[in-house]
Amino acid sequence: MEHYTMNLTLKVWKQKNQNTRGHFETYQVKDISSEMSFLEMFDVLNERLIEENREPIAFDHDCREGICGMCSMYINGRPHGPWHGTTTCQLHMRAFKDGDTIVVEPWRANAFPVIKDLMVDRGAFDRIIQAGGYISVNTGSAADANAIPVEKEKADQAFTAAACIGCGACVAACKNSSAMLFVSAKVAQLALLPQGAPEKKSRVLDMIDQMDKEGFGSCTMTGACEAVCPKEISVDNIARLNEQYLSAVLTIDK
Amino acid sequence: MTWKQLFTSSIGKKLVMGFTGVFLILFLVVHVGVNACIWANDGGTMFNKAAHFMEATVVIRILEVGLFAGIILHLVQGITLEIQNRKKRSIGYHVPMGNRGSKWYSRSMGLLGTLILLFLIVHIKHFWLPNRLGGLANIHEIGFISYNGKAYHNLYGEMLVVFQSLAVVIVYVLGCISLAYHLMHGFYSAFRTLGLHNPRYVRIVHATGTAFSIIVPLAFAMMPISIYMGWIS
Repeated sequence: MEHYTMNLTLKVWKQKNQNTRGHFETYQVKDISSEMSFLEMFDVLNERLIEENREPIAFDHDCREGICGMCSMYINGRPHGPWHGTTTCQLHMRAFKDGDTIVVEPWRANAFPVIKDLMVDRGAFDRIIQAGGYISVNTGSAADANAIPVEKEKADQAFTAAACIGCGACVAACKNSSAMLFVSAKVAQLALLPQGAPEKKSRVLDMIDQMDKEGFGSCTMTGACEAVCPKEISVDNIARLNEQYLSAVLTIDK
Repeated sequence: MTWKQLFTSSIGKKLVMGFTGVFLILFLVVHVGVNACIWANDGGTMFNKAAHFMEATVVIRILEVGLFAGIILHLVQGITLEIQNRKKRSIGYHVPMGNRGSKWYSRSMGLLGTLILLFLIVHIKHFWLPNRLGGLANIHEIGFISYNGKAYHNLYGEMLVVFQSLAVVIVYVLGCISLAYHLMHGFYSAFRTLGLHNPRYVRIVHATGTAFSIIVPLAFAMMPISIYMGWIS
């Protein structure tokens, strides 16, 4: 694709901290290369703001190669921007053209309070994992990798669910701010494997309990989460989670 | 885990919506089947006899209690969910996602449900209340009809009277359109909520749900239309 440069108008959410009200601020950015990533465009803008003694825009990022799940921008009405199956850091400026206005907002959900500008606190996800998104294994020498047979197809499905990077785009896209796609991926990756079987009832009950406590909404199966997920996690996982929950609720001994 | 948690957790509330939703879908099958008897073109004899069976059979009267319980549960949980879910995002987006990723009717189940409820109030007032409280005879001359010397409620006659008004026909058709879109999302979604994830069955349920959401409301809508247009004798 041919290289080009562009001038853009950015409308970016600025918010000092969790307790203050935010507002949009408009910035003009010039000579942006079509080969830059979206975050590099923000780097260019922030460099300039620092030189002008103005406050740079705070945003989350880490690996910048689409696997860490830190970047979290709601760009022009879509989490992670216009490209399908792409994180914000992997979105490139060739997705835009000269003269475009780009509106950038943080994830909006009461369970994800804004820390500053475009950064939100996704600690709720960590607490859901802590509630049961693991398997308990005694310490000691590592078990033989092939000791437990796993069907190839099941292993692939579990791997596909495990691709979830926990970025929170599903929550940002959902009209109910529901975290069900995230939780379902984290339940399914274990439910599909024999190692996950011993704790399957308590896992799903505890994780859903924590999810509700964190203030996420319930799932209405609109499919918006699946459409924006950078890792293309399927809503089939949500149905699997529902099945796990129903059977756990009806058969748990306690 | 307690029974209370089952009904108050986020998935628990959805399970209630799913179970009652499937139950109400089953009711629609019976309702549309009985009503289709008006197209027998026999002056309403078959329909009035079918309606008589529905009101005079004790099993069905008991099921009717279950039906109202189902509607009320579906309604109360639906309203609760809608209110609670709306509170989860205090500051909305400047640029909404709109139809990118979800269908408008999937996002509007609360609104569609409310429209169906408003229609149901009108509908129950037209047919169920006068029939059950014996008010048919008081409202119209055509309260009872006799077949082989036995008296039957003339519900068919009531239909003929009610559907003479164009306004009523329009309200009924709008009610059916709301129902169609409600089912278009609800049929499929109910099974997903109940845990259906096997791809083979998901495809069948999706196709069945789409067909059901078109055929059943269309059949219902054709009833007032065919009476108003005088297509049945």
